[in-house]
Amino acid sequence: MATESTAKAFTPDPEFLLQVRNLKEYFPITTGFMKTTMLKAVDDVSFDIRKGETLGLVGESGCGKTTIGRTILQLYKPTAGEIWFKGKKIDSKESLREFRRQAQMVFQDPYSSLNPRMTVADIVAEPIDVHKMYTNKKDREARIHELMNLVGLNTEHATRYAHEFSGGQRQRIGIARALASQPEFIVCDEPVSALDVSIQAQVINMLEDLQARLGLTYLFIAHDISVVKHISNRIAVMYLGHMMELASANELTKHPVHPYTVSLMSAVPIPDPKVSRRQQRIVLKGDVPSPLKVPEGCPFRPRCERATEACAKTCPAMREVAPGHFAACHNL
Amino acid sequence: MSLLEVQDLHTSFFTSAGEVKAVNGLSFRLEKGKVLGIVGESGSGKSVTAYSVLQILTHPGRIVSGSIRFRDEELVGKSDAEMREIRGNKISIIFQDPMTSLNPTFTIGNQLEEAILLHTNRNKKQAEERAVEMLKLVGISEPEKRIRQYAYELSGGMRQRVMIAMALACEPDILIADEPTTALDVTIQAQILELILDLQKKMGMAVIMITHDMGVIAQICDEVIVMYAGSVCERGTADAIFYHPCHEYTKGLMRSIPDMNDDEKKKLIPIAGTPIDLLHMPPGCPFAPRCDRAMKICLQEKAKEYWVGHNHLSACWQNIRDGICSTERPEEEEEEA
Repeated sequence: MATESTAKAFTPDPEFLLQVRNLKEYFPITTGFMKTTMLKAVDDVSFDIRKGETLGLVGESGCGKTTIGRTILQLYKPTAGEIWFKGKKIDSKESLREFRRQAQMVFQDPYSSLNPRMTVADIVAEPIDVHKMYTNKKDREARIHELMNLVGLNTEHATRYAHEFSGGQRQRIGIARALASQPEFIVCDEPVSALDVSIQAQVINMLEDLQARLGLTYLFIAHDISVVKHISNRIAVMYLGHMMELASANELTKHPVHPYTVSLMSAVPIPDPKVSRRQQRIVLKGDVPSPLKVPEGCPFRPRCERATEACAKTCPAMREVAPGHFAACHNL
Repeated sequence: MSLLEVQDLHTSFFTSAGEVKAVNGLSFRLEKGKVLGIVGESGSGKSVTAYSVLQILTHPGRIVSGSIRFRDEELVGKSDAEMREIRGNKISIIFQDPMTSLNPTFTIGNQLEEAILLHTNRNKKQAEERAVEMLKLVGISEPEKRIRQYAYELSGGMRQRVMIAMALACEPDILIADEPTTALDVTIQAQILELILDLQKKMGMAVIMITHDMGVIAQICDEVIVMYAGSVCERGTADAIFYHPCHEYTKGLMRSIPDMNDDEKKKLIPIAGTPIDLLHMPPGCPFAPRCDRAMKICLQEKAKEYWVGHNHLSACWQNIRDGICSTERPEEEEEEA
């Protein structure tokens, strides 16, 4: 069926739950009088996520990691590229509707992502209301209580409003909402970065438990590399809308090959004074360029110590440097 | 004589709902040329401590009791005019958010020169020279051009560099850095931390680094104070705190941070419960309601700080039960090989 719809050679692999091919997301930005420039938030990114796996997505602010998450769920309409979910291409209204039930999102800010005028019960039940996933009122209430129990919330609090909860509890409400429509795939967009360390661990553990229990697949977006390393099977590194490196979590943190990933890993503060003193830090010069003026060729070239002439000419493509380890660099 | 000596500081916010004890009996000393880290979660009173030292607390907060001595001079009770002589001159602060702490309607140069003109007897031209010199020092390219720019024209990392340049323009004795890198990306964070350490060595000043990030503490601090709900849990050298945590809260905190160097996936052990409500403080140890080893006494009485190592104090009843602490300061232990 899938092969019929595309004339091109791409055939979905049943091993993967989600496959993203050549995804592009450009935003038109007004840069002057009658002048718009394309902000290339995501530029030609392809990756796959296995069923039951967690793929971590890391990068600095403005690298396009959040945009990827939102574009996959088609909260933004992709400029170009294909998204395949369970062997089906998401291109029609019907396929999108079904996909939106099976794919959900947990947002970063537990303060602004919950409607202050709705009770917890209504917030949690919104997806099942939209997809009409219950038969009667009793059924709906039972499901709400089930979801609240699942994320460790007291069901007596179902009639309360979001402002009555702490940050960690609000994030639990957000997770309960994401689970309501029984999804298989969840995009977690910085789900713990607004929380204190001790609460962070509670939420991370809960996400892991839910994954094991419900067989969920995560795309875990965060800027905190130690958190991503902990929860992910594989990690992808983004820089200025491009994917730079993709490997298993251990491989990427221990043996990064791309110059950007190498410096990124060396900049991560390690909570261990002796290791920290020994750590060889590669401090990058300068700032991340504006995404409106992405350098020609490799986007990392102006800050890269190993840049050559070839880097200025063409943008390197992702290639396999070791089994399961992909990087986009000319000098490898 | 210590450079800065804080004794039994109590700072509260008098809200309509009641008194919020943000800092509850804090004491510490800061020696010349040292980097002191204050670590804690939100609501632990770490920022309020910094604001108390500089007396920039906003209504309804005020210092209730305690003493803050800078070079043997009492700061508590000083008038605003007297404090102005000290702020930005002897003790400076960098704030967390470089986006909102610069004035958008003045040029960078304008804001830099303000502090210089106020605290030194340089004239306008000399102040501008000094501003350019400071921008060069913090690693900003083309400083002559930058001083005519506005904050919005600079990136986050650049703005934080400008904030540092402003704070250091009068060569203060103490720099208070209140979460200076929290709003920045890791690669920029590495640049800024390196810059602060570098300038600290060059100018011989003392730094109070306030952060929630154990990684930042491990990277730059000589001594660490761990705070919870306005009180000190544990204090000591960075090595003592990281390798021999004694207070149950510090131990819990260490267990809940993911370890980058671990090959196997270990489960995190979170601290149960939610942070304490500062309006309703329990009579005992503030951490007791969340502590899984809490005893009867923990709920009734706050533990005093006892020595658990040569440079290491902890305020936990468990240490007394385990018999690892004493009222006498122990001899220096031999270095482990």
